[in-house]
Amino acid sequence: MKFDQPAGTNPIDRMKVVGKPTTRIDGPLKVTGHAPYAYEHQELPGKPAYGYVVGSAVAKGTIRSMDTSRAERAPGVVAVVTHRNAGKIAKGNFNTAMLLGGPKIQHYHQAIAVVVAETFEQARSAAALIDVDYARDGGAFDLAAAKVDAPDATGSDAPTAVGDFAGAFAAAPVQLDQMYTTPDQSHAMMEPHATIAAWEGDKLTVWSANQMVAWGAGDLARTLQIPPENVRLIAPYIGGGFGGKLFLRSDVLMASLGAKAAKRPVKVALTRPFMGNNTTHRPATIQRIRLGATKDGKLTAIGHESWSGDLEGGGPESATQQTKLLYAGANRMTALRLAVLDLPEGNAMRAPGEAPGLMALEIAVDELAEKLGMDPVKLRVINDTQVDPEKPERPFSQRNLVRCLEEGAERFGWARRKAPGQVQDGRWLIGMGVAAAFRNNLNMKSGARVRLSPSGQVTVETDMTDIGTGTYTIMAQTAAEMMGVPLAKVTVKLGDSSFPVSAGSGGQWGANSSTAGLYAACVKLREAIVSKLGLGPGEAVFENGQVHVGNRVADIAAAAKGGEIVVEDSIEFGDLGKKFQQSTFGAHFVEVAVDRYTGETRVRRMLAVCAAGRILNPTAARSQVIGAMTMGVGGALMEELAVDKRFGFFVNHDLAGYEVPVHADIPHQEVVFLDEADDKVSPMKAKGVGELGLCGVGAAVANAIYNATGVRVRDYPITLDKHLDKLGEVV
Amino acid sequence: MRPFTYERATSAQDAAAKVAATPGARFIAGGTNLLDLMKLEIETPTHLIDVNGLGMDKIEAIDGGGLRIGALVRNTDLAADARVRKDYGVLTRALVAGASGQLRNKATTAGNLLQRTRCPYFYDVNMPCNKRKPGSGCAAIGGFSRPLGVIGTSDACIATHPSDMAVAMRVLDASVETIRPDGTTRAIPIADFHTLPGQTPHVETALEKGEMIISVAVPKPKGGTHIYRKVRDRASYAFALVSVAAVIGKDGKGAVALGGVAPKPWRVEEADALLPKGSKVVADCLFAGATPREDNAFKLTLAQRTIAAVLAEAKA
Amino acid sequence: MTEGYGAISRRDVLKTSATGAAIAGSLGPGNVAMAQAQTAAPPHAAVSLKINGKATRLELDTRTTLLDALREHVKLTGTKKGCDHGQCGACTVIVNGRRINSCLTLAVMHEGDEVTTIEGLGSPDNLHPMQAAFVEHDGYQCGYCTPGQICSAVAVLEEIRAGVPSHVTADVSKPSPMTTTEMRERMSGNICRCGAYSNIAEAMAQVAGVKA
Repeated sequence: MKFDQPAGTNPIDRMKVVGKPTTRIDGPLKVTGHAPYAYEHQELPGKPAYGYVVGSAVAKGTIRSMDTSRAERAPGVVAVVTHRNAGKIAKGNFNTAMLLGGPKIQHYHQAIAVVVAETFEQARSAAALIDVDYARDGGAFDLAAAKVDAPDATGSDAPTAVGDFAGAFAAAPVQLDQMYTTPDQSHAMMEPHATIAAWEGDKLTVWSANQMVAWGAGDLARTLQIPPENVRLIAPYIGGGFGGKLFLRSDVLMASLGAKAAKRPVKVALTRPFMGNNTTHRPATIQRIRLGATKDGKLTAIGHESWSGDLEGGGPESATQQTKLLYAGANRMTALRLAVLDLPEGNAMRAPGEAPGLMALEIAVDELAEKLGMDPVKLRVINDTQVDPEKPERPFSQRNLVRCLEEGAERFGWARRKAPGQVQDGRWLIGMGVAAAFRNNLNMKSGARVRLSPSGQVTVETDMTDIGTGTYTIMAQTAAEMMGVPLAKVTVKLGDSSFPVSAGSGGQWGANSSTAGLYAACVKLREAIVSKLGLGPGEAVFENGQVHVGNRVADIAAAAKGGEIVVEDSIEFGDLGKKFQQSTFGAHFVEVAVDRYTGETRVRRMLAVCAAGRILNPTAARSQVIGAMTMGVGGALMEELAVDKRFGFFVNHDLAGYEVPVHADIPHQEVVFLDEADDKVSPMKAKGVGELGLCGVGAAVANAIYNATGVRVRDYPITLDKHLDKLGEVV
Repeated sequence: MRPFTYERATSAQDAAAKVAATPGARFIAGGTNLLDLMKLEIETPTHLIDVNGLGMDKIEAIDGGGLRIGALVRNTDLAADARVRKDYGVLTRALVAGASGQLRNKATTAGNLLQRTRCPYFYDVNMPCNKRKPGSGCAAIGGFSRPLGVIGTSDACIATHPSDMAVAMRVLDASVETIRPDGTTRAIPIADFHTLPGQTPHVETALEKGEMIISVAVPKPKGGTHIYRKVRDRASYAFALVSVAAVIGKDGKGAVALGGVAPKPWRVEEADALLPKGSKVVADCLFAGATPREDNAFKLTLAQRTIAAVLAEAKA
Repeated sequence: MTEGYGAISRRDVLKTSATGAAIAGSLGPGNVAMAQAQTAAPPHAAVSLKINGKATRLELDTRTTLLDALREHVKLTGTKKGCDHGQCGACTVIVNGRRINSCLTLAVMHEGDEVTTIEGLGSPDNLHPMQAAFVEHDGYQCGYCTPGQICSAVAVLEEIRAGVPSHVTADVSKPSPMTTTEMRERMSGNICRCGAYSNIAEAMAQVAGVKA
């Protein structure tokens, strides 16, 4: 199905199942431990052996020599695979560094060997017996130093300019020109990257934790230089990803190589202390923001530059993305500059670009509001735009940012906010902060297969993944709505590359695109049923397990009496995304308390108001948003991969060193979804929320801290040491 | 993790004698730190002697006042003991500020004292570390030192001792009671139990080879207000940036010790006497001769301010 | 630190492969060496424990953690490995009535112990009240930390009832109140990166019969 015209009225609009708060259909399996994750599949073609991955001890250099003989002789060892005996390995399309290093080493903890043994204990122990002699090279590990001569990014990340930014900024009666920094961050999903690989002849099956099944299977074939049809990737349950499992990672490759060498299935899970440097991370940024405004708060000049680094051949953290679209203003510029760094590979983490971009931009707006003596909610409202500010002929498909801000302010009691440093509760300094949330809506081609059995059971098959997003449930809701059956009559099968290729889980496109693909398949199934039953022509209504055409009625199951009906279709998106700017919007409100003695910040209240098209399942969507808000608190207050600029690695590479929020950090969270349906985005009229929920949270926390203390911190995370000496003397 | 043989101890002295006589032998009790380190081959015992069956899990009153806490009393049980809660609140407070509920259910009193530093360079076997591999150097100096020590450190090691409990034990003037392989026992004042790194950071305690902790004694209650204030980046389940244990009387006098700043619980007895004069002089006294690094100099300010918070709380 | 093994210098092979000569798919001589790998078995020990009410005897490499014994030997994979170092809580199980991290304890140290895993609390068609509350309040997303959260949550309510103090208990000389503040502090050893904390607090409050 092509989606190139705004959606008219369709069966989803009935909203009998779609749009209803629905508990997860996979819930009972998850809460009882019966949902199988990658490392846990038991139906394997042979008794599995265990692989343990060894990483490079240096950040950059060459393996001069490698002695694996002690490991090979160790008890239980079945195989040791390194670059010397792995066969020809290529680089996947989505990888920047090689997943198997050697002799050239590109980053710290780049995988250099997998040791396969009868047991996990034996593999781990033997892995420590590999001796490697490295020639260590110097590298660039310091973004601030490398920033100086970092060139402009190119292609879709190239600089943009509209009007005369320099002139307008210079002439602006109120100006803001500030630098902000965001650190390297780690996805730190709870399930480590894990894979079981099994070869049967030249066919390879991997049970792997991967958000994008087709990308993963394709890159695995490419990396191993085998035909893509020989690879099957299975990922029914994924223990979180946040972008960290978008791509093929070393667990998959090393399990596959290990299984080939061992001639039996091999299980590999990356260890937690290995993940921080072996896998990808969100790159740090240094950002400069310049805002020029009239005295009554109208933005006349908006400039945003951001510097980030990556390995040779990598890409920038596109932190200026939202600045092109968020606020009106005639004169504007953005620029991304990319330094080459020899730290581990930077790549997408939840809301890449917007998350760190808004952490800076939305502090800048708060600072400008203060300079103007204006309420920061009002400043944002008066600079709203209903068109793409760079291309005014392009309207937004739907944009309710102002309502998010105003409704949020009302609900949160924003009017009670005082000037900085004015509210105290015992030893606590209290403050409130606000930030706008903005994340583009992306659509991806997505396919699905639907089966109708003689018993009337509808089965959905697609390689779409559920990484905690609630995909199983919204797919079931979509099929139930389309086919007029109860949820119990729908079976959803996900995460298998033998199923039709879907949008996958990334860029907050998953929910809308994958349900739209299923919508297309269901339209086909409806047509097949009507035709099979000879009910046409006329408008068909599917409900209560029956189909009505005019005054003719039949059970849909009857259509499959002679055998299961199987149809397949996909949704393909036309140019509505070009004609209309499709984005999601929100407003985050946060109240914090800062200990005036120790500078510790604790979040007391959080509210998000989101405008993201139709909400397919308010229960799961709300969970996506509160989860993102939690990650936003982490980014604001504690998360930072600490760079050792001498050795070139992230030092705090485990969950003790890289702190993420715990239960005690997070208060009760409120989420409000505006009642919307965006007919320009898909027949589902839905958009994404999973990344929107993160966008702006960090700045709302930062602004609340400023409101509490009167001390502005522009370097994330806002740990106590950054403002401690400015909180006033205590004796 | 290297292979090891395993046995269950039959008596404390027997266990001590075996550890002394068997190369590569170690005691294991809660295991929460030892196994963590064994997985990374930072610890590489070849024989483990499980002491969990030896009793030593009672908290008993000492004649004339005080409590004798068995080496194997779990952190949870020690924190929850009614006598401890009533008379040694700083100890309960320190215990429940540490680790997580799950870890406290397993971790023992002796193991808590013996836990090793959480310095990230100690934990990464690719990095030089004089504590892990004597003579290899210290990667933390000149590196990421934010969580590390500011006083009592040396040019060979700037690691901190991570315990909360030990800081409370220090203000309570506890003593560590041990049995040696020959069956003799002794009591080591907590002040002398942990050693400073100097040029031998791999030596961390006064224990001799095979010597085993059997109990920890706390003297009779000091009275006063008991406070343990732990400051960290997140609200729970994190090691201290700085912590302050204090027992303060109505007259403003008392005892104070710091965690998160030094290779051992940091107490300077002269500083106790300065408590009525306010946090600044106390902190100045505690940190005389401090050698902070660029990343962790804030700990001096933070400790002073946290002491101020504790003094204010004691007064309230 | 020796260069390669066998007759061919590995560096030479790499040079060859780098220039495109076909060695793809061939495995180096390492496998031959491995065929002669010594088979001295690492020390094993027997342990008998009761897992979810069922007597279980295992003969294990002494290095096997309780977590790996459950997942890899008893095939109870509901208990998760998130960090293997006591930093996340995904491996939480209840042993003799107390929650512990099963990753930081050796299986052989649990002779005679009673272990309750997530599978022992309830089944998909017969959920434990805490499991049902997690479903009702959407107290999870990806589900990976969930078994540990639930085992912990069940034990936390017992700990509060038993009067075990916590970091947020205002007066440790008195019993702790059954509040979500207490629950949040005590659950802090169970990390949920999906960020379901607010919902988990509501699920627990419901089971405890208090206001969220």
